[in-house]
Amino acid sequence: MSEHVLETKSLGIDFGGLTAVNNLNIYVDAHEIVGLIGPNGAGKTTVFNLLTKVYEPSRGAIYLDGEDIKKLDTVGVNKSGIARTFQNIRLFSNMSVIDNVKVAMNNESNYSFFDSLLHDLKYFNEEKSIEEKALKLLDIFDLKNEKDTLAGSLPYGAQRRLEIARALATSPKVLLLDEPAAGMNPQETEELMNTIRFVRENFDVCILLIEHDMSLVMGICQRIYVLNYGMLLAKGSPDEIKNNKEVIAAYLGE
Amino acid sequence: MKNFIDILFGKKNIKRTISFAIVILAYVIITVLTNTIRVSRLFSSILVPVCCYIVLALSLNLCVGFSGELSLGHAGFMAVGGFTAIVVSGILSYSIPNTIIRLLIAIIAGGLVSGLFGLVISIPVLKLSGDYLAIVTLAFGQIIKSIINNVYLGYDAQGIHFSFVTNTIELAEGGRMLLLGPMGSVDVEKISSFTAGFILILFVLFVIYTLIGSKNGRAITAARDNRIAAESIGINITKTKTLAFVVSAVLAGMGGALYALNNTSLQPSKFDFNTSISILVYVVFGGLGNITGTIIATSILYVLPELLRSLQDYRMLIYSVVLIAIMLITNNTYLGQVIQKVKLIFMKKGDSHE
Amino acid sequence: MSFLSYLLSGLGLGSVYAIVAIGYTMVYGIAKMLNFAHGDIIMVGGYVAFYAFVRFGIPAWISIILSVVVCTILGVTIEKLAYKPLRKASSLSVLITAIGVSYFLENGAQLLFGTDTKIFPSLITEGSLKLFDGQLIISYLNIITIVCCLLIMALLTIFINKTKIGKAMRACAEDKDAAKLMGINVDSTISFTFAIGSGLAAVAAILLCSTYPSLSPTLGSMPGIKAFTAAVFGGIGSIPGALLGGLLLGIIETFTKAYISTQLSDAIVFAVLIIVLLIKPTGLLGKKENVKV
Repeated sequence: MSEHVLETKSLGIDFGGLTAVNNLNIYVDAHEIVGLIGPNGAGKTTVFNLLTKVYEPSRGAIYLDGEDIKKLDTVGVNKSGIARTFQNIRLFSNMSVIDNVKVAMNNESNYSFFDSLLHDLKYFNEEKSIEEKALKLLDIFDLKNEKDTLAGSLPYGAQRRLEIARALATSPKVLLLDEPAAGMNPQETEELMNTIRFVRENFDVCILLIEHDMSLVMGICQRIYVLNYGMLLAKGSPDEIKNNKEVIAAYLGE
Repeated sequence: MKNFIDILFGKKNIKRTISFAIVILAYVIITVLTNTIRVSRLFSSILVPVCCYIVLALSLNLCVGFSGELSLGHAGFMAVGGFTAIVVSGILSYSIPNTIIRLLIAIIAGGLVSGLFGLVISIPVLKLSGDYLAIVTLAFGQIIKSIINNVYLGYDAQGIHFSFVTNTIELAEGGRMLLLGPMGSVDVEKISSFTAGFILILFVLFVIYTLIGSKNGRAITAARDNRIAAESIGINITKTKTLAFVVSAVLAGMGGALYALNNTSLQPSKFDFNTSISILVYVVFGGLGNITGTIIATSILYVLPELLRSLQDYRMLIYSVVLIAIMLITNNTYLGQVIQKVKLIFMKKGDSHE
Repeated sequence: MSFLSYLLSGLGLGSVYAIVAIGYTMVYGIAKMLNFAHGDIIMVGGYVAFYAFVRFGIPAWISIILSVVVCTILGVTIEKLAYKPLRKASSLSVLITAIGVSYFLENGAQLLFGTDTKIFPSLITEGSLKLFDGQLIISYLNIITIVCCLLIMALLTIFINKTKIGKAMRACAEDKDAAKLMGINVDSTISFTFAIGSGLAAVAAILLCSTYPSLSPTLGSMPGIKAFTAAVFGGIGSIPGALLGGLLLGIIETFTKAYISTQLSDAIVFAVLIIVLLIKPTGLLGKKENVKV
């Protein structure tokens, strides 16, 4: 029915009496990078939590490749192709960098516990291909040299990159990035922009990202949605958004 | 065979190699000692129990250390495995006179039945978290103990006889009672041996290291470290934790089986809350998720009260003081910094497999 | 009639559990630790009262007060020596330390008082109330136990809601760092909580030993586990929850012993606990915690 990879229709959620997100209609197409911006407390992260079913929507529907994901839970959503990062980084901090990526490929391999006990060929081959794929990803995100470091002891910027690498390892159709550049210096942000572009070009994935760093948003997004008080305030190309009076008012306060 | 050497001594597997090496070395030294000089009876009598508790502590570490779920009822699995082994060994004593084969079958049976219990228990347990989960495991430990306290089981030419709460069994000529409610089992044939204990430890090490090195192990640690992130990359938390819990129960049951068949009589009250707690103490002392540490800590902490036996009444008092003192010392912030520094010097580029 | 008399003795037992559970739950609420040594304080309280009354001939009421005082001091001392240095340590380290303290108290008592079981004297009152032409007999002790428990609950509620230190305790339970910033002395508030909990354990000791008059060094462990269960049952951290959990546990235990099976009573009590937790995963009156994503 629809050619969009990800689409929401009249999506909304209430917490108690408070409406956090309401009547949200957004979509992301194949190979697109779309920005989701808005003032603090606008409900951006809540949108991500709805898309990944951390919260159950009160209203509306989410479509992935035209299919309603109503019945899926967080795990199911990921299996069918949505991966995300978190605003407050959530790595497996007591695991090594490479294991953080490897664990995201668990659903790809189908050897069983008994295969590993027997150390049979299936186990060896699949472990080997997981290792290779993980190393390739770490290379892209410039983490190969730290592959055996504990994820928790990485510097901040590297942790953000690792989170993206981990999300990508699940081979998603849609990648949701929650403030990927938060806490990065301008140079790191620049490198991150290049990495995100590289990902878009080399992986079969579209990206929806929340970001406060306007240089990043304006620099890499084809389209931008602006959220305010849980509602869509504006949408359009970076240039349209930049000149939108309502958006400027919302950011600066009336 | 470069691969083979890499598997054994590669940086990634060095911890595994150390664990195995320590166990094998200890076995060789002890065997040589017992065969050359005359060791005290006390020494040889604690060898098998030490092996059993090492198995139990390793199994609990899988649950508490790797999976991150505090279990206060591990003695329950030990009891299930132990009494299953006694029953199996008792029934098979006529048909399989070879004690080694019978011990093997009994240990496997103990592990399987205990694993079955673990599977059933995991359904309610893993719906909870934190202290609530801990108390439910405590509750299950108590329930298991109290059920075994009420089981009567006998065996004669006609087969197995069973009764619950009150003993209504009348055995035919030549029959034997295997479980006698609160009295437990008496006249058990002692078929465990130190070598069996050693092999069981090797087996348990193999299972645990294989598990944590595989994708399932990665999922287990991921679910422990960050549940929400683990779900976001498609890991089914319940399935993952169930696997860890059931494997832990199987191993605990095997340890219990070995323990039970090392006694001529055994009461269910042996497997009470205090036993669960002792095992937990070994795990915490050895370090959560630290396999070699668990083995060493269990050996020391089990042997310590035995060595203090000459002090008679004071030994448990001293044991408790040592327990508190070590906890206070290891958690001292100043000392912690010193230890951290020493660690950094020795392991400039320590690997971080666990 | 027998139903009513079982109910009353269940309430009596439940009151004892509740008094211990309140101590458990208060300490948990504020220090976020499971104080496994709490049950052993009961045992100490029992021995102090026993020695004061039987060996030294001190009047009953002074013996009771003495027992409360000793336990209070003991509780605070344990907290200062063993738990306070571990405020920032992992919860498992604290748990193991508490277990160490528990072993210490049990084995210390064995050395000091011997392993033999002592017959606890009737400190409070003997005699009983006969109702319905003697069909229903209620011991005065049973009534006193229940009244005592309700009184403690009422006093604690007033104390926690109205007094300054009570409010400080609530603040510390919510958020220790914020409480510190508000000028609350967190350390002394925690000590105070331990003091109250341990004092209550002594009261429970007198009531328990008067009902079941045998005294041994391991006296505290089973009531300790049961009270812990009661606290979780009601929702750990919640004082009304501890009362409710304790009373229910006492009633369930007494009824199963009376109507189902004495041998299986423990199994049934714990099974009920599991079922309750499955329906209400944070206990009957516990608060649900939300994780922010």
